[in-house]
Amino acid sequence: MSETPLYLDHAATTPLLPAAREAMLHGFAIWANPSSPHAPGRKARSALEEARMRIGTALGWKGEIVFTSGASEALALAISRCVQPLAAVSTVEHEAVLRHAGEVARLPADAHGLVDPAVCALSGLVAVQQVNNETGVIQPVDAIAKAVRSASGLLLVDAAQSAGKLDTPDADLIALSAHKFGGPIGVGALLVRDWALLRPTGGQERGYRGGTENLPGVLAMAAALEAGRDWLDQAARLRERLDQGIVAAGGQIVAADAPRLSTIGAYRMPGKSANAQLIRFDGQGIAVSAGSACSSGSLRTSHVLEAMGLDGANEVIRVSIGRETTCADIDRFVAAWRGVAGA
Amino acid sequence: MTYLDYQATTPLAPEARQAMLRWLAEDGFANPHSAHAMGRAAKAAVEVAREQVAALFPAGGKVIFTGSATEAINLAIQGRAYGKVAVSAIEHAAVRDTARAVGQDHELPVGPDGLVDPEIALPDGLGLVAVMQVNNEIGTIQPVARLAERAHQAGALFLCDAVQGAGKLAAPTGADMIAVSAHKLHGPKGIGALWIRDGVELSPLIHGGGQESGLRSGTLSPALCTGFGAAAQVALARRDEDAAHVSGLWDAARDVLSLWTLNGSKTERWKGNLNLRLNGLDVARLMSECRRVMFSAGSACASGSGRPSHVLRALGLSDGEARSSIRLGFGRYTTREELIEACRAINAAAKTQGV
Repeated sequence: MSETPLYLDHAATTPLLPAAREAMLHGFAIWANPSSPHAPGRKARSALEEARMRIGTALGWKGEIVFTSGASEALALAISRCVQPLAAVSTVEHEAVLRHAGEVARLPADAHGLVDPAVCALSGLVAVQQVNNETGVIQPVDAIAKAVRSASGLLLVDAAQSAGKLDTPDADLIALSAHKFGGPIGVGALLVRDWALLRPTGGQERGYRGGTENLPGVLAMAAALEAGRDWLDQAARLRERLDQGIVAAGGQIVAADAPRLSTIGAYRMPGKSANAQLIRFDGQGIAVSAGSACSSGSLRTSHVLEAMGLDGANEVIRVSIGRETTCADIDRFVAAWRGVAGA
Repeated sequence: MTYLDYQATTPLAPEARQAMLRWLAEDGFANPHSAHAMGRAAKAAVEVAREQVAALFPAGGKVIFTGSATEAINLAIQGRAYGKVAVSAIEHAAVRDTARAVGQDHELPVGPDGLVDPEIALPDGLGLVAVMQVNNEIGTIQPVARLAERAHQAGALFLCDAVQGAGKLAAPTGADMIAVSAHKLHGPKGIGALWIRDGVELSPLIHGGGQESGLRSGTLSPALCTGFGAAAQVALARRDEDAAHVSGLWDAARDVLSLWTLNGSKTERWKGNLNLRLNGLDVARLMSECRRVMFSAGSACASGSGRPSHVLRALGLSDGEARSSIRLGFGRYTTREELIEACRAINAAAKTQGV
């Protein structure tokens, strides 16, 4: 590949922050098992518990935290061990929720990708994401939490895309993944408002998750969260520039009128399949995606865009911005878009 | 400080650390499930690691990466409906508790030597037999090849928890599923694997993006996978050398601790595990008096529970005998000198107790 790589797929994963890398290397040196009662084991344990407190502080979360291997495991844990059975999920959830959902009720999203809080007044466990991974649409999760509570239900929020970027919602169970906010792949957490909401399985993490803890991963997750979110103002300006550039080049913004996370944009290039676009961008060293990374290459039409009733859903790609993205990167992408659209 | 707790976890091999650095570097962050060039490069590294890990197992199966051996075991036991599940009395809690959780569990007792009788009677309606390769508390090597054969004759599948044996012993033959953990063979924490024989069908416990052939969703970490792969490769390359080293360590430790009684078979064992008892010993006091020696009194996970070890009780030891037992675990990076010194310190501390 002759061109310098341009990575605009930060919603799939984003670079490990230097502070997180440092914390991880430090963690490799504290390699004892945190469950061992001897001195190195206790040292590992205290590092783990300190990181747990720091993560709680960084997230503004006063409840419990269970460390997992990532958001998918956290969601599986929440759904399979919650004291209330799963009752409803939104139609725009990630597959990590949908595939557990079987025949439970679906909460519709409107043309803007938004779920109406009024339909969420249900008992049982209700799952609604904070931010959609394909469109960046921000759900009104605090209003949804109120509605769910009014019906004595419990709210599970998939915060994989929003943790470390938006305020932690007032939900009962929240899943997050470190590698979406500059931590390493392979570690995540389930935030639990109260232990009484989950049935324990035995093992580590107070009996809620067996398996030796990934201490280097947890330390790095804490460091990544503490890096803060000042950069999001710049991301918002870049996304605005991207939106304008693409519209000027004849593209369409998906969910343009909904509140959207400032790092994600989904765009339709009329008349060009997403797959054809991706091949062209990839050939120029530009990494973007069609929907989620997990479904890349599957050529399935996005269930998220279908749920919104979008025309030309198979012509939509996702562009996502990271901490290091520059104005020049955006301009290069827009120029490339013009080339792909015009050819 | 001498670390003699190799069953709880092992030091990260420098080779594994080095392999991970490439994927923790500034340009090594891609999602291996992304279709673009960076994603494909990460995926290629994951697949190389998968081949390296696959070398720990027999031919004719596939490796599914998981977050831990515990998760691998849960996937194996909960991934399909079996009917009755028979597990040995000395299995790790990850197997015992999971078998109990699915109900219909049947316990296979062990003899005083800590071994399951390979000709033991199996119950009717059997769907799964789970017996570990090497016990984590006493190091005994189970006759898993024969037990797998017996399971198959009874129409059941065989699951082997090979966490303590992987990379040290030849892969268990005949098993249908084998669970391993990277950090027990000098790899990183946060990753394990389940090997599944071709033709064995399981359903996932963690749904989502459909990674790992749909059996285990969640973004794979190229760093953890390559660290695991490098650790497996080193373990296999050094297997004979490591085993000879460990055997020498065992002789040296036994020599110093000659008055202690060995728990479990003398011959059918991994020699990096020395589980010993001294009647009347107060283990908590011994540990507090040997602060520079890191050892344990059973599995790390059960530490602090105050319960006598279920493994030692299964050998027929009394509560008192079980409570007066210690576990010394050593391996690749343990030196003979530090081990002898540590054993002498343990002996001296025991002597002050007058036992």
